[in-house]
Amino acid sequence: MDTSAFRAWVHEAARLIADNAENLTRLDAAIGDGDHGVNLRRGFQAADEMLDKAEAETPGAVLQTVGRALISKTGGASGPLYGTGFRQAGKALADVTEVDVAKLGSALEAAFNGIQQLGAAHEGDKTMLDALGPAVTAYQVAAEGGADIAGATRAAAEAAERGLAETVPMLARKGRASYLGERTIGHEDPGAASTVLLMRALATVTAGEAP
Amino acid sequence: MKKLINAPDDVLTDALVGFAAAYPDLTVNLEDRYISRGPTAGKVGLVSGGGSGHEPLHGGFVGFGMLDAACPGEVFTSPVPDQLLAATKAVDGGAGVLHIVKNYTGDVLNFQMAAELAGDDGLQVESVLVNDDVAVENSTYTAGRRGTGGTVFVEKIVGAAAERGADLAACAAVGREVNDRSRSFGVALSTNVIPATGKPGFELGDTEIEIGVGIHGEPGRSRGQMTTAREIAGVALEAIHADMPLSGDLLVMVNGLGGTPLIELYVVYAAVAEFLESRGATITRNLVGNYITSLEMAGCSITVMRMTPELTELWDAPVQTPALRWGR
Repeated sequence: MDTSAFRAWVHEAARLIADNAENLTRLDAAIGDGDHGVNLRRGFQAADEMLDKAEAETPGAVLQTVGRALISKTGGASGPLYGTGFRQAGKALADVTEVDVAKLGSALEAAFNGIQQLGAAHEGDKTMLDALGPAVTAYQVAAEGGADIAGATRAAAEAAERGLAETVPMLARKGRASYLGERTIGHEDPGAASTVLLMRALATVTAGEAP
Repeated sequence: MKKLINAPDDVLTDALVGFAAAYPDLTVNLEDRYISRGPTAGKVGLVSGGGSGHEPLHGGFVGFGMLDAACPGEVFTSPVPDQLLAATKAVDGGAGVLHIVKNYTGDVLNFQMAAELAGDDGLQVESVLVNDDVAVENSTYTAGRRGTGGTVFVEKIVGAAAERGADLAACAAVGREVNDRSRSFGVALSTNVIPATGKPGFELGDTEIEIGVGIHGEPGRSRGQMTTAREIAGVALEAIHADMPLSGDLLVMVNGLGGTPLIELYVVYAAVAEFLESRGATITRNLVGNYITSLEMAGCSITVMRMTPELTELWDAPVQTPALRWGR
């Protein structure tokens, strides 16, 4: 993946999030505070616009610009969390100009670790990590099995979807949803749902299917 | 949705423009989204912030004897690090800046990022976390106790300490002491409507009440049936008493959540006074009114702080803000 592919990923992610903002907000209204879709749409729109203006010339610089924009504009907990994820992924890519399948895997892992550390959450707490964790693992398994970037990101997106489905019976232990306790059981986690969109956007772009 | 707004997306901006017009002595930075005064050279700067919808908190508490800056986020959404950083820089009088943070995941993360960025720029920043809501029983499996009414006490008392020249460490210490000595419990009689969604934040039946509600409508300990003010005050005070024995000199706030008339808050206050007297405690200072609200939610919260002579003196110190003023 080159710099323009990473820009395309962010653009596609912003589009998917805008299209699904209402659904994200609806999920968040059920077990959180009902602003996830609105906030993320604002954050990714800002990231997309900032990229248009920025001179980010490497994939790493693109991701770091996005991270900074998400932190600056999103609000809520998801801004710092996703922003940190993108920044850590960008740092992991350093200044490579062409990202291969292994390098993208290490960037995804860095994103996961950054989010986990900042949010002090674990898989099973009903958070975005419950989609991102399986996605990273599936990506690495596919990559080790010889898949190319398109194949590995498709595996990651599918695993994220399964991870999202598995958040339904979970009890939320982090964020504002945690105050609902058992009432969170039976709902998809909105953070895991937005992570699915990010992974889906990545798979779409690497498959060359982005509009 | 019936609200006195122009457009859901413009609520915060329009409100800040109105705030600026109403309080010309304060600075309202519309671009970076903060309300400030000063800076005051040599004084510790106090910055708080959080989602909007809790007015007068926090902007109404900017002024002499209280905050130096407040950063409003979108309704019920934490502010972003950029605005917190801008406000922090704006009020730094050379003695460092104290962040007063309510314990919500979004607020905590955004303030943490802002403090790191400020540190990178060579500023001295400390923070005090407010988590006074006893309704949250299981802190291990949740994001912990929420910051509610105790925030008003922290902002007032640390504000007085800073005005008297306390250094950054001393301001942080007195803030933590106030938080440690404060407990809150809220009860909702009706829900609230976030302008951006136009829908109720949660559902509550006509005769139901949420016992232990949070200031965004987070669920409390249980759902109950509507009952008397005396009984509701008793439930709240028993919950607080179980966590922090109510005795000695107390500062008590009966706070309206936005949709309850003042006359009902006085009815609650009478019940609170009666309850505490029967337990042998003395209310030495009080506040009755709307200080930390939840949009149009009906209901109230009760916050109690165990006083000391030093804290009483700081509470009595002059304050001049849009929402709290005396002695000056």
